[in-house]
Amino acid sequence: MTPTLKNPKKRSVEIQKIPILKIRNFLIVPIQIDLDDLSASRLQQDILKKIDITGARGVIIDISVVEMVDSYLGRILGETARMSALMDAKVVISGMQPAVAITLVELGLELSEIYTALNLETAIDLMEVLINGKKHA
Amino acid sequence: MPEDTSTNREIIEIKEERDIVICRQACRDWAKNLGFNLVDQTRITTSASELARNIHDYAKSGEVIIEETENAQGKRGIKITFNDHGPGIADVEVAMSEGWTTKGSMGMGLPGSKKLMDDFYIASKIGEGTTVIIWKWLPY
Repeated sequence: MTPTLKNPKKRSVEIQKIPILKIRNFLIVPIQIDLDDLSASRLQQDILKKIDITGARGVIIDISVVEMVDSYLGRILGETARMSALMDAKVVISGMQPAVAITLVELGLELSEIYTALNLETAIDLMEVLINGKKHA
Repeated sequence: MPEDTSTNREIIEIKEERDIVICRQACRDWAKNLGFNLVDQTRITTSASELARNIHDYAKSGEVIIEETENAQGKRGIKITFNDHGPGIADVEVAMSEGWTTKGSMGMGLPGSKKLMDDFYIASKIGEGTTVIIWKWLPY
């Protein structure tokens, strides 16, 4: 007989709302938690609502602390980019960890339609070019 | 199915959507503690997330068993078993092909999780349920 631990660490998930910050004429969405499916789809709606309310021309979704993107979260990110495009807003995903990029491509999900940036700083530069045609002075 | 002997294990029950997150966090803890590198930890966690979601989406509930294991060659590794008593899969071969889905998702769960792991086993019977087992071996 092997010893069995039944949920020994009292594992739990907290529900947290992801902040959506507006700077200049775009939004910054830092994802700092391991998103469950419901929170991910809620975040998608919140981003679209915020674009509508603020008239933002772009959205930077920073995933630099996200340790895993599976097919569900990948689909949500791709959809959010396409939906935002219909509302005349560009989406840039920033800070993807190397291990996440390797796994996503191996999984078969390349998110080739999404703008990406190495980190938040280069994402902001890219966003300025995408929506204003030049870097912020 | 590779022969192996398990030395220790943890069971995660999948009852609600948030248990998918609990399952993948548990799998990452185990992968990290067993000494897998960051890329393999991510492959294992992502694969587990896909398969735990399948349990939730298709069978409503089930269980995930995470074990440390060793194969016939003496390699150590992680073995994760996904059991459910859901409707089962009519044609496993078709279900393993990319893009096949009955839920409007992308149909990447089964073939994708297989690609990310070293060994993969699936058995399913209509009306009885599905068992998927995945393995990843440490390189040393």
